[in-house]
Amino acid sequence: MNTLTSWATSAPFADIGPAAAEPVSAGIYAVAPLLVGLPLGSAALLLLLGRRSDRWGHWLGVLASAAAFVVGLLTFLAMLDRDASNRVLDVRVGDWIDAGAFHLSAGMRLDPLSMTFVLLVTFVGTLIHVYSVAYMDHDRDRRRFFAYLNLFVAAMLVLVLADSYLLMFVGWEGVGLASYLLIGFWNHRTPYAVAAKKAFVANRIGDIGLIVALGLMFATFGGVDFTTVLGANMSGVSEATLTGIGLMLLLAACGKSAQFPLQSWLGDAMAGPTPVSALIHAATMVTAGVYLIVRSAPVFDAAPTAQLVVVVVGAITLLFGAIVGCAKDDIKKALAASTMSQIGYMVLAAGLGPVGYAFAIFHLVTHGFFKAGMFLGAGSVMHGMDDQVDMRRFGGLARYMKITYVTFGLGWLAILGVPPFSGFWSKDKIIEAAFIPTDGHTWRAWLFGSVALLGAGITAFYMSRLFFMTFEGERRWSTRTDGSQQHPHEAPALMTWPMIILAIGSAGLGLVLGLGNRFVDWLAPVTGEHEHGEPVLAPGVLVALTLVLVVVGAVLAWRRYAISTVPVIPPVGTALTRAARVDLYQDAVNDALLVEPGQHLTRSLVYVDKTVVDGATVGVGQTTVGLGQLLRKTQTGYVRSYAATMLLGLVVLVATVLVIQS
Amino acid sequence: MSLDNYLVLAAILFSIGAATVLLRRNAIIVFMGVELMLNATNLLLVTFSRLHGQLDGQVLAFFVMVVAAAEVVVGLAIIVSIYRTRRSASVDDVNLLKS
Amino acid sequence: MSALVAAVPAVLAEGGQTSGAEEALFWVLAPVMVLAALGLLFARKAVHAALSLIVVMISLAFMYVAQGAVFLGVVQVVVYTGAIMMLFLFVLMLVGVGSSDSLVETIRGQRWAGWIAALGLVAVLAGVLGTALYPESVGLEEANARSNPEGVAEVIFADHVFAMEVVGALLVTAALGALVLTHRRRLGPKRGQRELADLRVEGGHHLAPLPAPGVYARHNAMDVPALDPYGNPLESSVPRVLRVRGQEADAAEYAARIDRVLAGRAAKPDENPPPAADPAGQAVNAPDIADAVAGVDLEGETK
Repeated sequence: MNTLTSWATSAPFADIGPAAAEPVSAGIYAVAPLLVGLPLGSAALLLLLGRRSDRWGHWLGVLASAAAFVVGLLTFLAMLDRDASNRVLDVRVGDWIDAGAFHLSAGMRLDPLSMTFVLLVTFVGTLIHVYSVAYMDHDRDRRRFFAYLNLFVAAMLVLVLADSYLLMFVGWEGVGLASYLLIGFWNHRTPYAVAAKKAFVANRIGDIGLIVALGLMFATFGGVDFTTVLGANMSGVSEATLTGIGLMLLLAACGKSAQFPLQSWLGDAMAGPTPVSALIHAATMVTAGVYLIVRSAPVFDAAPTAQLVVVVVGAITLLFGAIVGCAKDDIKKALAASTMSQIGYMVLAAGLGPVGYAFAIFHLVTHGFFKAGMFLGAGSVMHGMDDQVDMRRFGGLARYMKITYVTFGLGWLAILGVPPFSGFWSKDKIIEAAFIPTDGHTWRAWLFGSVALLGAGITAFYMSRLFFMTFEGERRWSTRTDGSQQHPHEAPALMTWPMIILAIGSAGLGLVLGLGNRFVDWLAPVTGEHEHGEPVLAPGVLVALTLVLVVVGAVLAWRRYAISTVPVIPPVGTALTRAARVDLYQDAVNDALLVEPGQHLTRSLVYVDKTVVDGATVGVGQTTVGLGQLLRKTQTGYVRSYAATMLLGLVVLVATVLVIQS
Repeated sequence: MSLDNYLVLAAILFSIGAATVLLRRNAIIVFMGVELMLNATNLLLVTFSRLHGQLDGQVLAFFVMVVAAAEVVVGLAIIVSIYRTRRSASVDDVNLLKS
Repeated sequence: MSALVAAVPAVLAEGGQTSGAEEALFWVLAPVMVLAALGLLFARKAVHAALSLIVVMISLAFMYVAQGAVFLGVVQVVVYTGAIMMLFLFVLMLVGVGSSDSLVETIRGQRWAGWIAALGLVAVLAGVLGTALYPESVGLEEANARSNPEGVAEVIFADHVFAMEVVGALLVTAALGALVLTHRRRLGPKRGQRELADLRVEGGHHLAPLPAPGVYARHNAMDVPALDPYGNPLESSVPRVLRVRGQEADAAEYAARIDRVLAGRAAKPDENPPPAADPAGQAVNAPDIADAVAGVDLEGETK
């Protein structure tokens, strides 16, 4: 602890702008580095010990995650004690880069935003760790799985706790790595390995954006730490530069959060074990893009064009995910499409500026709970149905898996936005914020508001479809491909308890945090105060409209999927359905626009390399070899030839001397 | 008669020796060509010794003879051992340098 | 002897100039030497080449003596002709007297290159001799004041004693090296008479002694092959050296004559079966053949 304390001393004090951070070094804040250290150490231990830790490794992983949660909770409580205006803290861990004029220290930014993430990640993470103990029970590599999970938790905490963009980039890459490892956890099956690769590559494209943004920040502000960048006087910087930074950050966010046009990897990422989908691809990692945008709020606030692009991206993704979600029969892929759509909401909210930041994070938290809960429920269903994922082969499971049914139902109600469940508190606020005109542009308010509203209706339809196809209607699960009987059963307690806890969160968290704007006020030190704009429609009208749309969507789904017979073999469907089933041709478009030109480019480059570059180098070599072959002919191996050469040489030499002398 | 005649004779003998080395294939005859060349230089040395009135040239010729004797002993030993293994005394058969 | 040797240069060489005697000696020796040296270049057989080289060397010895290098002349005879050339001949014997060298060139372009190089060398050396500047000839009178061997000894043992020692060491080393090079390590067990006989039986070689040459021939000479009972010449009866040299006589003509004799006998009434029909009859026929051969012999002698 002494070491930690000494690390945390002499933190630089900065008092610039709204993002002013107070350096702290004492008390609970000194142990804050343990937040990262505990899961990281556990991951290293599990990976290094190998099979020797097979028997108890998973419990070590759970313990590390739980301990990180305890540390996070203590830090959070300590922060609550402080004055609301005094809650942005910097914990300096040590010098990181000291290269001439460029100086960067590694430290932790403790503020309401990062604390929210810390609690979300560690709490949901711990629950999912516990769930995984049972879920991965039969996997011989369970220990490795927990090592990766711990690695992910550590990287995610680095991401949200970093006090500079560069350190955040470390966490950003760390979660990418963990995500890659976990999607490809069953990499002995080729499609899963390919899915992992796809996610990795798509994320790298986003990373380019972050790297370019880092470079732009360094060139513009002379540093990459939050204090320097976010605390800078933005009026002194050209808007074009800020727009560039903002768009690059958006590109990074798109890659990480599966936003349009980099959304294609998320559906395939469902190849990973279900707890991974719940933790990484629903609750935490994919929301890192939203975190990035909200964290960079001062940049975006000063770049309206970038903000507009953010909103557009969010709106497109929102509808995209919703439409795809309506057509998917794979329960996990439907949930993934839903995740994409919900993150679209968050991005949209984040793009709205100070009005929406808090709601974006709010929705992120509630979504983290109910979506993780639903993923765990899906895992429970798969557990009971022998790893079946086709919803058309479910149906009527409510009687056999009561706990799963109830917990999933609570998550369903939450995502629909039915009051008083948590989705209502966050999503309706986003819809309301979307209807508030920014800079007097009412057309924007109408456009984006309508999209958000429409999205809520479609969400209600596809989530109800998912819910009804799985739990209601008649059983369609009696036949499997091999004809044997299915025996659905409830999951063990280790799996149900995390689901129950998450369901409680899905049900009540919105109410607890949303009443009296508690969460918005809590985040205020980061997101800043904002003037209350008036939506183009009255809030009451909006709530009513939303509810009507939700009910319409749910009733439609009820009629089609709960009352009427759902065919086990998917019908041909309309053109839109067929398109949505293949993710609106996203892969085809990517192939046509990026992959094939890229392949042609590489092929032609290889051709050029082989003919021109290699031709030059190999040509030099071949010329030398040819000369050598010619010279070789003079090397007959006969002594007399050599003697003749010597004598001829002598004659020529002496003759030359004679000629010169005469 | 000028002493030049000796020198010309030495040059002719030397050239014939060199030609022998280049044109004959029997290792022993090639070796004889080498000896002829050595003898030609000896004649040259003796002539120059007389020209300069100093005996050093003769002494040098003497050393050449001794070294030639040593050379012949070793060279012929090599030829004999090669003949033993390859049943041939042709220098063209000894072309391991190439392969 | 020493008086004679000491007297020769006085006659042949006076001062730096050549006497008429020396000139005569040179013009006699020089063409001989060049011709003999050319023999080295053109002789087909190595022995002839060696002999012509000996001629060159002895002539050189004469020239040394004529030029006042008496000691060197003697050494030339003793070392070169006496030791080195004998060594050459010795090795020629080891390698085989019959090893003649075909003058057909095997390396492409070597003959051209060789001739061009040699003639070029002649030209170049001529150029060098022509352009060089010589001092006035001093002569060896002063240097050979006491006697040539003494003068040479003084130079060798006073001025070049170290070189002398080194050369001595070199000679010893060379002798050792020759021993090592020609030493043959025995790889198998020693073969005695018994083992050699066994080997011969195992190898299926000729067990009995080889037939002697000329036994049934008209000539009793070594180069005439013996004839077997059927009149065929036996190659193996002629000594190997003669065969290698190609000096064996042609047995065919003798065989033909025997055929004639036999044919003459066969024309007479003869109850004896032809010799080849019955192996047992060979012994019976042998005296007849002997007679016939004897007849041929007589006939040949009368010619």
